[in-house]
Amino acid sequence: MIEFRLPSLGADMDEGKLLEWKVKPGDAVKKGDVVAVVDTSKAAVEVETWQAGTVEALLVDPGTTVPVGTAIARFLEAGEKPGAAPPAEAGRAAVAAPVTARLPAAPVAPAPLQAPGVARRPVSPAARRRAGELGMDPEALEGSGPHGSVTVDDVEKAGRRAGPAAAAPAVDRVAEIRKAIAAAMSRSKREIPHYYLSETIPMQRAQDWLAAENSRRPITGRILMAAVQLRAVARALAGFPELNGTWQGGLYQPSASVNTGVAISLRQGGLVAPGIRDVQDLPIDELMARLADLVKRARAGTLRSSEFSDPTITVTNLGDTGVETTFPVIYPPQVAIVGFGRVAMRPWAEGAGIVARPVVVATLAADHRVSDGHRGAAFLVELSRRLQEPEKP
Amino acid sequence: MTITYREALRMGLREALARDPRVLLVGEDVGRYGGTYAVSKGLLEEFGPDRVRDAPLSELAFVGAGIGAALGGLKPIVEVMTVNFSLLPLDQIVNTAALLRHMSGGQFAVPLVIRMSTGAGRQLAAQHSQSFEGWYAHVPGLKIVAPATIDDAHGMLGAALADGNPVLVFEYPALFEMAGDLSTAAIDLARAAVRRQGTRLTIIAYGGCVPKALAAAEKLAGEGINAEVVDLRVLRPLDMDTVLASVRKTRRAVVVDEGWRSGSLSAEVMARIMEQAFYDLDAPVARVCREEVPIPYAKHLEEAALPQVDKIVAAAKGLFQ
Repeated sequence: MIEFRLPSLGADMDEGKLLEWKVKPGDAVKKGDVVAVVDTSKAAVEVETWQAGTVEALLVDPGTTVPVGTAIARFLEAGEKPGAAPPAEAGRAAVAAPVTARLPAAPVAPAPLQAPGVARRPVSPAARRRAGELGMDPEALEGSGPHGSVTVDDVEKAGRRAGPAAAAPAVDRVAEIRKAIAAAMSRSKREIPHYYLSETIPMQRAQDWLAAENSRRPITGRILMAAVQLRAVARALAGFPELNGTWQGGLYQPSASVNTGVAISLRQGGLVAPGIRDVQDLPIDELMARLADLVKRARAGTLRSSEFSDPTITVTNLGDTGVETTFPVIYPPQVAIVGFGRVAMRPWAEGAGIVARPVVVATLAADHRVSDGHRGAAFLVELSRRLQEPEKP
Repeated sequence: MTITYREALRMGLREALARDPRVLLVGEDVGRYGGTYAVSKGLLEEFGPDRVRDAPLSELAFVGAGIGAALGGLKPIVEVMTVNFSLLPLDQIVNTAALLRHMSGGQFAVPLVIRMSTGAGRQLAAQHSQSFEGWYAHVPGLKIVAPATIDDAHGMLGAALADGNPVLVFEYPALFEMAGDLSTAAIDLARAAVRRQGTRLTIIAYGGCVPKALAAAEKLAGEGINAEVVDLRVLRPLDMDTVLASVRKTRRAVVVDEGWRSGSLSAEVMARIMEQAFYDLDAPVARVCREEVPIPYAKHLEEAALPQVDKIVAAAKGLFQ
């Protein structure tokens, strides 16, 4: 028997609200399948399983908030018979009162809309969609439709009653994200002894190469400098295992693959840093496609759990806003973060003269428990070299 | 001009015969007797026995003859007295008329129009009161139309002849005495029609049930429910665009079908609403159909077995409370 437990989707997460099951008892699941959608404080995240099996039971109802580590489902391993193990009701027992109260079975004929034993409030599809738009929970409303169902009118009336507060969930989400960032960054600055290094990197060759590449591509296939930088960081890390990994339980675990978290600012405020896996092996086009997809989904709030738990290093790029240098804060349990400022024209000594050249300041903040400044400096030099050889695959 | 549904059908027939010498009318009692429902009265005298032909009592034979005439270059209108008797030439209609264009690789078209009366409500008992429009609407290769207004009774025949493929025109004896104004609007065989504008509920009906749907909408208006009525008109291919636009507006639908519920046309309409407008619905789609019994002879039992205004009103109100 496999107990599927609510994973931690980031150092700042200690509980999650189950929004939706994507599987039902009897379904076969394999590694990487999305099992459920869980609302963390930052976003609604699709949670994947890392074990294969058959779903035997779902232990938590949608709408319930449970602590990280709670068993929320039970899977059978291949060949295992149902009922072979004692049911682990821990999930149910530990949870707070579910949002929707279970109604006792009606002694008279049940309403035809409800399957026996399922006592959720009927909500019309149109009402559910409207409630989603307004950020309301339709199942918490009184229904005036047939069989007590919640209709569009009910949602809109409740929305009007709530007045401006109906738009509150967006505000709440912003506050939640703020709280999450506060927790992660406080922990980082409390626990991680940061050291900082910076290097100014000439970008003429990278810019020329990128311009030539993009001139042969359709507009939709064009590559951004951010992707070139991500690639250079991943390739440069090959010789620096002490910068790519996680610090957990007093032990450093280097990672064979470079899973790069990308800091993405959200339009409503706050940021997330979901990861792209195996960046060291990705061709530039694939990396660009993944980056575009990640940004789109981060802003739409449809990220996957592995994208939160995987990253082994983070890259932040504040060049958009025009600053020259960033001094980034490490996202625990990672041990390093690379920052890029704006690519800007600067006077640059070349031979005996001074010329105008595009340059960028790259910074490294790293965890002194794991690496030392000498190695960090060597990494930045390697990064600089890689950025000046953009044509190398 | 105010005329009855019956007169509109006759006018459509007369115009078709007058317009094109290739058009002929074939069927039981269509000539000397003037048609079982007196639709073709006077046409034999006007167009002669070559154009208005009484057929022997074999639907299989004369529908087959109609297909042959169509293949040979004529534009036959075959009258099968009622849909109940169309089960005899079913093989000719489904296996031959509907499929010949396909089976011949596009070499042969069958420009045939088959008219038949359908429906219950006249105390003709179980074997003469059935509604099989939904069966025919199942078959690719056929176009199925159901005139429910004076304009459609008049104009659908001409449009069917112009189609160039087999078209079944279902006529509703329950509406034959209905009178109304004939307009000059062009008649297509493509679109459903909104017969009454409304905001809170869509009643979808066809044929003999359209006037019942309109009467139900009037009653509902008196109770504060402003219902829209969509007349399907063409049962195959279904014009779901019109239906869906209405349902998306009103968010509720009742489908009215004089056929039996199981496997009915109403089931198809409901399924498509569910497939294409699920998130626009504010209540499950409801329907009012014929009870699943052979139609009784006794008047009160027959009425109880059919969709009626009060049943439509009750189903509609069930979507609100």
